[in-house]
Amino acid sequence: MTIAASRIEEKLYQNRYLVDSGRPHIKVRPHQKPSSNLLALTRVCPAQCYELTDEGQVEIIADGCMECGTCRVLCEASGEIEWNYPRGGFGVLFKFG
Amino acid sequence: MIEEKFDAIVVGAGMSGNAAAYTMASQGLNVLQLERGEYPGSKNVQGAIMYANMLEKIIPDFRDDAPLERHLVEQRLWIMDDTSHTGIHYRSDDFNEAKPNRYTIIRAQFDKWFSRKVREAGATVLCETTVTELVRDTKDKVIGVRTDRTGGEILADVVVLAEGVSGLLGTRARLREMPKPKSVALAVKEMHFLPEEVIEQRFGLKAGEGCVIEAVGTISRSMAGLGFLYTNKESISLGIGCLVSDFASMMESPYVILDALKSHPSIRPLIAGSEVKEYAAHLIPEGGYKAIPQLFGDGWVVVGDAAQLNNAVHREGSNLAMTSGRIAAEAIVQVKSRTRPMTKQNLALYKTMLEKSFVIKDLKKYKDMPALLHTNSQNFFTTYPQLMSQAAQNFMRVDGTPKIDKEKATTAAFIKARSRWGLVSDVVRLAFAWR
Repeated sequence: MTIAASRIEEKLYQNRYLVDSGRPHIKVRPHQKPSSNLLALTRVCPAQCYELTDEGQVEIIADGCMECGTCRVLCEASGEIEWNYPRGGFGVLFKFG
Repeated sequence: MIEEKFDAIVVGAGMSGNAAAYTMASQGLNVLQLERGEYPGSKNVQGAIMYANMLEKIIPDFRDDAPLERHLVEQRLWIMDDTSHTGIHYRSDDFNEAKPNRYTIIRAQFDKWFSRKVREAGATVLCETTVTELVRDTKDKVIGVRTDRTGGEILADVVVLAEGVSGLLGTRARLREMPKPKSVALAVKEMHFLPEEVIEQRFGLKAGEGCVIEAVGTISRSMAGLGFLYTNKESISLGIGCLVSDFASMMESPYVILDALKSHPSIRPLIAGSEVKEYAAHLIPEGGYKAIPQLFGDGWVVVGDAAQLNNAVHREGSNLAMTSGRIAAEAIVQVKSRTRPMTKQNLALYKTMLEKSFVIKDLKKYKDMPALLHTNSQNFFTTYPQLMSQAAQNFMRVDGTPKIDKEKATTAAFIKARSRWGLVSDVVRLAFAWR
């Protein structure tokens, strides 16, 4: 785990979430090789939800997602990711916002 | 779940949605407002500065009970390099007035208050409800919404889409396009808590007074971006935002540049000893006038960030959101009072009214600004800030060099970095985009 990764966990730890277990609101389409935009998400996602596997594919764990929509802007049009809102009441719950 | 038909459904309980719902409900319309968060504000993120004038037009006596943090008496605009900042500061005692002009707010608290006003005005507000789809009739007119609650469709004469910058409904329904990566900024922000009196000491403020800093320079690592620091009552909102297209092409991590901003020698002492209680991220519309989508259609209007109504040059967003929400509501009330149907033709009144307001006039004024700043981000966000810092240091530092040689060195540095032609052309293009 990189230094940046350990810091992001500390940041996300401050936040309040209600995770909808087993119903992730973002999915990555199975792929052989990620596009440059999809690959960029491993750096650009502010919650670092996207990670590159050892096999070279991009995976998502959306639990820390702040629902900013950056990945949707970059990768929804190409069909590489599927983005929905969490069900009502679930997801990030900003205390201050 | 809900059998009756409403005059209007408002999707979203942010600034624009609350302004729209409040205005329609207080004019006697039967309004349903749907919000996907646990409470209004739980999905909303802003810096945040709130401009009194635009809220006064909706709730004139808001100061009586709205949760306001500090009224602003000072604004600092900084140009930064890695070790310094050059600033223009404006502080005036005139801002200590009976009805102050601008306040810092904390959105989760403010939005709860605004939503209470919406309910008091008579609207029905339903939280924890995600709208999944627009319902249309055979002629493609929007006639209601479907939600993730059981019970099927909820019908209304008109749907106000106040769903925020990355609103799914309108884009899925092809009422507008998804924002492009070059027309939205990703901003990240932390809430740094400090005792009230410590904040007042550090910024030289009296109780209740506030100060904001907005900064460009090497902090955005050549991306088109802006750092900000806003003083709240007992916290400091500190963040930075840059264009999504720049983040993607530079492969930068937003929290890494936020951490770098926090450790900048000009910022670090201002937040020293603070306790961080939240980390947030949000998109900001940056495309300006040219990115404004179709604003109305058969049975629908779109307001606020969802309509890309944000003035990036003046960093104004929530006031455009509130104003567009209010004006859309007033247009709907007028159409209804003439007992006309909520057709595209009749709802065009919203756009006509919005064009007469500061919202469209301001965005039109700066219509060429996004393209200028976004295509020359290296020059405007790194080269010039560095040149400015060197020039300032050269001017301030006394080291026995004759002043005439110092001036020559500064001029030479500008010409070397941008060339004479480049300097002239930057000034001319900036002037044309600004006028």
